[in-house]
Amino acid sequence: MGAYFGLFRRELLLAFRQGGEIGLALGFFVLAIVLFPLGVGPEAEILRRIGVGVIWVAALLAAVLSLDRLFAPDHTDGSLDLLALSTMPLEGVVVAKCAAHWVTTGLPLTAISPFLAALLGIDSAAIPVLMAGLLLGTPVLSLFGAIAAALTLGARRPGILSSLLVLPLYLPVLIFGAGAVEGYVAGSGARPHLLLLGALTLAALPLAPIATAAALRQAID
Amino acid sequence: MTGFDADDGDLVAANLACRRGERLIFARLSCVLPPGGALLLIGANGSGKSSLLRVLASLLAPTEGEVSWGGVPVSTDVPGHHARLHYVGHLDAIKPALGVRETLSFWADMRGAALPKTDAALADFALDAFADWPCRWLSAGQRRRLALARLIATPAPLWLLDEPTASLDPDGEARLVAAIAAHRAAGGRVVIATHQPLVLSDASVLTLEDFAPAIEDPADDLFVAF
Repeated sequence: MGAYFGLFRRELLLAFRQGGEIGLALGFFVLAIVLFPLGVGPEAEILRRIGVGVIWVAALLAAVLSLDRLFAPDHTDGSLDLLALSTMPLEGVVVAKCAAHWVTTGLPLTAISPFLAALLGIDSAAIPVLMAGLLLGTPVLSLFGAIAAALTLGARRPGILSSLLVLPLYLPVLIFGAGAVEGYVAGSGARPHLLLLGALTLAALPLAPIATAAALRQAID
Repeated sequence: MTGFDADDGDLVAANLACRRGERLIFARLSCVLPPGGALLLIGANGSGKSSLLRVLASLLAPTEGEVSWGGVPVSTDVPGHHARLHYVGHLDAIKPALGVRETLSFWADMRGAALPKTDAALADFALDAFADWPCRWLSAGQRRRLALARLIATPAPLWLLDEPTASLDPDGEARLVAAIAAHRAAGGRVVIATHQPLVLSDASVLTLEDFAPAIEDPADDLFVAF
């Protein structure tokens, strides 16, 4: 257990000390959302209609943007070899890294989402539903993203390749995440959507690390 | 005291072959390393020294043959094999944003060491003066010393060192030789890929070119195929 915590702590330290790692994803998230009122026009009705979708799409893209720091630095500086030689199974390494990735991307995105929702004029009663959806859905973004990040290690343009690989995998999260708020607003209830998001996270939690570890073994070999 | 069982049989590599991509790098390679033994791997660039070290570390699966420890093939217990070896590759695995001592204790944590000898390791490689520096301030030689300090911080019976003296000054090299001597005196074994003549008592030498396979397919075919 000490090794898991040690790796988690190191990932957080690196994210905080290498200034901008967290700020980059957050800044992108905020900027992408703020662009919409400017592009679409300030009509409250349109913004309210598209707001939730915009927030979710921006969260997806911000998560994709931060994937290249998940394994690539460790691959190029030799740390990945030593992590593979550590007492942790590689699957455990992936879990610890995904947890740290989520704390430095998914969690802050969720935390600032109420302000952006207010900016887009989303019904304030729907904001807790939006946050619950982000809280349940963003771990999947880190977990599925890890698969793509590991598969593209050593590729020439890993950033673009991994976004092409992972964005289709993010579709269910986008659909149920946005659907939760729409269901709530329409009165049909957010519960089924949130339950499905939770189920996705629970399914990804054991499966994605297995796939990611297999891809990492390929990269180490 | 040493933290490992010094006499648990030989490290035996039997009939190893290694293929990288389409190229067979070495074949029919066998060697034995008893407790306290040292093996120097020499050979030209690209002759497979690093690949052999990675095979011995179970980071790379051999195309043929097997590595065993005390008669047990290491492929039957890869985590167990990983726990008994230290691998210092040509990359230092050092993060510029972490401190020197922090880096050392992190890698000790990763090996599940309860009481890592971090201070002794820093002292052995004369890093104690910079223990609290961030690694981004270190020179190439100091980074190498930090990578080598991992060997001391958590004892392990097998050291696999890839060009350990690269960018080390004479003092660093002397410290490494002393560390290796102490390690071997305690029954540890060491495999070193190197171009530098290292002063090690009765080390066996393995020349990788002796195991280079005859040129098999003309490489031209490959370039045509791609």
